[in-house]
Amino acid sequence: MLSNGLIISFTFGYLALLFAIAWYSERSASRGKKLSSNPYIYALSLAVYCTAWTYYGSVGRAATNGIEFLAIYIGPSLVAPLWWVVMRKIIRISKVQHISSIADFISSRYGKNITLGGVVTVFCLLGILPYTSIQIKAVANSFDILQYSELSQNLISYPFYQDTAFYLAMGLALFTVLFGTRDIEATAQHEGMVMAVAFESIFKLIAFITVGVFVTYFVFDGFADIISQASLRGLDHLFVLQGENGISEWFWMSILSMMAVLFLPRQFQMGVIENNDEKHLDKAMWLFPAYLLLINVFVLPIALGGLVQFPLGTVDADTFVLALPIAYNQGWLAMIVYLGGFSAATSMIIVSTIALSNMVSNNLIMPILLVNDNLKVKYQHKLSKIVLRIRRVSIFVIIILAYVYYKEISTQFSLVSIGLISFVAIAQFTPAIIGGIFWKKGARLGALFGIIGGFLLWFYTLVIPTMVTAGYVAPGILQNGLFGISGLKPTSLFGFQEMSYVTHGLFFSLSVNVILYVVISLFSTQTSKEHNQAVVFVDIFKYSTSLDSSIIWKGQAYLPDLKALLHNFLGEEKTQEVLMDFSIRTGRTIGTQNFADPELVNYSERLLTGIIGSASARIMVASVVHEEEISMAEVLGILRETQELKSLNMALKQKSKELKKASEKLQKLNETLRLNDMLKDEFISTVTHEMKTPITSIRAFSEILLDEDLPEEDKKRFLDIIIQETNRMTRLIDQVLDLERFDSGRQELNLEKSDIRILILQATESMLQVFKEKNIDFNIEIGYDDLQLLVDEDRIKQVILNLLSNASKFAKHKIVLKTFLKDRDLYLQVLDDGKGVPEEEAPYIFEKFFQAKNQTSKKPIGSGLGLAISKKIIEYHGGKIRVFKESGMTCFEFTLPLQFEHNLILQSKTDDEQDTDCR
Amino acid sequence: MNKILIVDDEPNILLSLEFLFKKEGFLVFIARDGEEAMGIIEENHPDLVILDIMMPKVDGYEVCKHIKENNNEVKVVFLTAKSKRQDVQKGMDLGADLYLTKPFSNKDLVSKVKSIMN
Repeated sequence: MLSNGLIISFTFGYLALLFAIAWYSERSASRGKKLSSNPYIYALSLAVYCTAWTYYGSVGRAATNGIEFLAIYIGPSLVAPLWWVVMRKIIRISKVQHISSIADFISSRYGKNITLGGVVTVFCLLGILPYTSIQIKAVANSFDILQYSELSQNLISYPFYQDTAFYLAMGLALFTVLFGTRDIEATAQHEGMVMAVAFESIFKLIAFITVGVFVTYFVFDGFADIISQASLRGLDHLFVLQGENGISEWFWMSILSMMAVLFLPRQFQMGVIENNDEKHLDKAMWLFPAYLLLINVFVLPIALGGLVQFPLGTVDADTFVLALPIAYNQGWLAMIVYLGGFSAATSMIIVSTIALSNMVSNNLIMPILLVNDNLKVKYQHKLSKIVLRIRRVSIFVIIILAYVYYKEISTQFSLVSIGLISFVAIAQFTPAIIGGIFWKKGARLGALFGIIGGFLLWFYTLVIPTMVTAGYVAPGILQNGLFGISGLKPTSLFGFQEMSYVTHGLFFSLSVNVILYVVISLFSTQTSKEHNQAVVFVDIFKYSTSLDSSIIWKGQAYLPDLKALLHNFLGEEKTQEVLMDFSIRTGRTIGTQNFADPELVNYSERLLTGIIGSASARIMVASVVHEEEISMAEVLGILRETQELKSLNMALKQKSKELKKASEKLQKLNETLRLNDMLKDEFISTVTHEMKTPITSIRAFSEILLDEDLPEEDKKRFLDIIIQETNRMTRLIDQVLDLERFDSGRQELNLEKSDIRILILQATESMLQVFKEKNIDFNIEIGYDDLQLLVDEDRIKQVILNLLSNASKFAKHKIVLKTFLKDRDLYLQVLDDGKGVPEEEAPYIFEKFFQAKNQTSKKPIGSGLGLAISKKIIEYHGGKIRVFKESGMTCFEFTLPLQFEHNLILQSKTDDEQDTDCR
Repeated sequence: MNKILIVDDEPNILLSLEFLFKKEGFLVFIARDGEEAMGIIEENHPDLVILDIMMPKVDGYEVCKHIKENNNEVKVVFLTAKSKRQDVQKGMDLGADLYLTKPFSNKDLVSKVKSIMN
């Protein structure tokens, strides 16, 4: 259909695009901008779950089993809400403990056990290799179909050097090595890889939806048309669940996929290791199921469309997605579909291979190297290089093995069946993991035997039959059972025949696994180290901040040894950096003593765990330090202490917070008191100063009168002055006392219903003479007729008089008294055309002795208490007083509330403010 | 005849001092604020100035500073209600010859002023 060269160039072009995306994202990350750190990319990267199996295989399965294919996607969607409980815990544990793979997770939980890590790694390889190989198969098949428009499966088998699939596999291996093994730390995140995978997730989704739309709306006339045509051909059974069996199939398939979506190595890699922030789970919890829904919308239409379109058996249902566009001569659409399938396959291969290579290096090869003393001595100083080399080599080996498997075996099976067999293999880790994070008693031996037992059954019930089909095992075992015992037939153990092949295998392997795990755990005792890890795993949210002090370690460690060890793996610069980090975090200085404390030992072990895995790290650390055996009692004791210390610490923190608050309050209060005191001092000093002026005059004239023989006229004049000054003094004393009473709240108002108009006229009367003398034009504007208000008549008069008298001192030619009603208040304004109050002084003008504030530039005339008293009086009446400029005139204005109740309420409010209003 | 300038913004105090020093045979000038005082000093060259501190426009300290900067022969006597130690210190630092506080004894004031002038 399309030329070989064209397809190859598009394929490698696509691969080049992946390289470009990965390279660009890594560069961007190295400049501090991490593109992957958001929940959307995180959810997309989780969609690595949808492989070529989804892309091609779902349609294949739908064509034979109907909507059953959905179970594999419903499981993960159902379990997604539980991620917050399970996934978050696994993420926290892995981040805190520097865990880099599922094998490391299990090994670390069960006492950093080498055997367990190795077993898990081997089983992962066994389970995932076929799965990887079917991805290669899918790519190769689709490539051939696209090239020859050959819709049947009988293709010519090329030797590998002529096989495009081989070169594609090598290209992927190269990509994986480049973007997956940059950093020696297995826990390091692979920004470029994540971004490339996220891109692939988008691409495969778009490609699949495109072909879905094409089939549904261009080949057929929408969903209804496809279904009615399929119905005509007797395909109704594909639309519904099939009987009782169907339901239990659904149940088991959903359970299976729930486990797979959490524990498949590639899911663990993307969901845990590459997770940037636990909070991203929030959104991923619904984004990921939404993705699954979208990519499955068109599965059934395409399957039915294919069944309607192609005569039964002429075209493999796994290839409908591609076959349909080709059949309708849509070359470019076929190309897009092909690339979509390619992207689904490649993302799985890349991520799985990285995860597997980490396990192989850290849980398989490193421990072997480190346990053997000869090897260890030989390679001690280039371990870090070796680790990286092992990973790179194993990536190539894994991919080549997958390729070989594809060539030799996998052509015999459909995509889905191999995928499901892989799922069942991975499901064997579930008891050990879930038990491990929720059940402290879960023990190493239980986990080990559970996993091994589960795998044996997996192999017997699921793998043996495939080997029979492939011709490696004589078919007798299937018909007659092992040793001719019919109860041991691999596909129907103990005569169970109702279940399908995969469900049967899952049921037996998982049951045996769980039983062994639980029973053996119950009857075995954990070592102290193992129990320690168990407690830290199960209660991770309690320990995650104090981990280094929660891992109990006793012994002697020489600092130089420990440093040398870190050095070997991290290099000099990084070692310095991490030690600095440690001392900043713990507040301890490193290097002052020759011994390393237990926390530093634990910290170093954790760092190494991130590089070579927990079991290997344990061996390395143990080899450079002198350790003492710790009893279980000690572990329990110290763990309890850590917890108690922590809660004590928290209580102390709370106390100190409260204390701080109280002391702040006190300080504030003290500040207020001090300020009050200062104001009082200032007031007294000002009052005494003000009093000295009249006293000085009185004394001076008294002495003159006493000493001199004066003419009658002078005598009278001087005596007059003395009387005048005495009056001034009396007035001052009265005002001070007045103010003091207002200030302390002891002043009482003599409230009476008064006619305000009359009150105002009476108040102004005494000033009329003064205005006349000063030649000031005086006007009164009253904006209401009859107004009765409850006020202290004398006090309000005092205020009006004070304002008028002030105005008379400053006015040039004109003074106006305006009064009116607005809203619920009476307004009274006194305006004069004098120079006014400077704006910056306006806020202070109502303070006592304001004029004296400016120390030396003295008041014009008056005691300096008038406005302060006026303000108090108005406030006691529930009103307000202020000064402002209005059309060139200075305006002093006060308000009085019109309502009696209002009046009283505000009055009491003003009383309350007394205490706080000391500025 | 000895020339004396009395500066105070209180008319009654001004009146009593004027009366007192005229009686003692001084040629008396009076000023009601610092600005007026500086004008009179410029024009009439008094031998001694009796200075209040708190006054409108220009205060007593400023006047003293002005005098000492231009013509240090004029004696300065502060006569003020400000009696805090730091106020006295400030006055003396500005070069005043005497610092007296209100209220004062007439006899005491006259004798101190006389002794300074001799």
